[in-house]
Amino acid sequence: MIIANSYDVTLSVAGHDFVTAGEAASQIKRTLETLNLPPKLVRRASICAYEAEMNIIIHACRGQMGLRVTEDKVAIVAHDEGPGIANLDRAMEEGYSTASEEIREMGFGAGMGLPNMKKCADKLSIKTKVNEGTRVEIIIYLPTSEG
Amino acid sequence: MELADVVRLLEAEVLVSATDMSVKITAAGAADLISDVLAFVRERTLLLTGLTNVQVVTAADLVELTGIVFVRGKKPGRDVLEMAKSRGLPVLRTHLHMYEACGILYQAGLRSSQVGQDDNNDHR
Repeated sequence: MIIANSYDVTLSVAGHDFVTAGEAASQIKRTLETLNLPPKLVRRASICAYEAEMNIIIHACRGQMGLRVTEDKVAIVAHDEGPGIANLDRAMEEGYSTASEEIREMGFGAGMGLPNMKKCADKLSIKTKVNEGTRVEIIIYLPTSEG
Repeated sequence: MELADVVRLLEAEVLVSATDMSVKITAAGAADLISDVLAFVRERTLLLTGLTNVQVVTAADLVELTGIVFVRGKKPGRDVLEMAKSRGLPVLRTHLHMYEACGILYQAGLRSSQVGQDDNNDHR
């Protein structure tokens, strides 16, 4: 099934801006919906996008989210300038969080962000450097025409 | 179960009405953490929560929940209700505590919405 040859979107995300939090993910979701992708795939991509966006808002100063849809996959990239992830292995554990008490009171910092992304993505790659920032790439493959 | 039944069972106040209050509710889930909503709740689910900020509406909209019930009599801000209205998401409020509200709905036959191990990654 060929969905779209290419569709690029880039969105800016402001760190610590909880008022507009989720807007980038919502826009990514709407874009994927207009491309008539399977609802389950849109849902998985939306969850990944939301968790990635919230990580930028919770932890970083600023960041960008990018979406690229090609005929075989959806790629979401979240890139931020921020503290980086000191211990990536621990960050991948369900329930591990470095978010502050204040953030937790808002309902975030469950320590499920990266594990949720890993669960919903076909491929998750994370590059991070302490005190510089983090780049997260999420790949979700589109169903093949035979499938 | 219909949304109107939930209103009756939980003695709830309708803060944002659904276009059709007879909309079918097939499952429910309870969470106070946004990531838990995303991780464990299926689409077309009723969410019971004690969180009353706009993020819960954003997340609910993102995973296409059927509606939100605020427990323990919590009253969300106007911004929350306006956002829910703009996204077509019904919002109820009950004075009941989470445990009791869940128990009543469960007893009335409404079952859990928790996704199975492979639900979000059954593409593999």
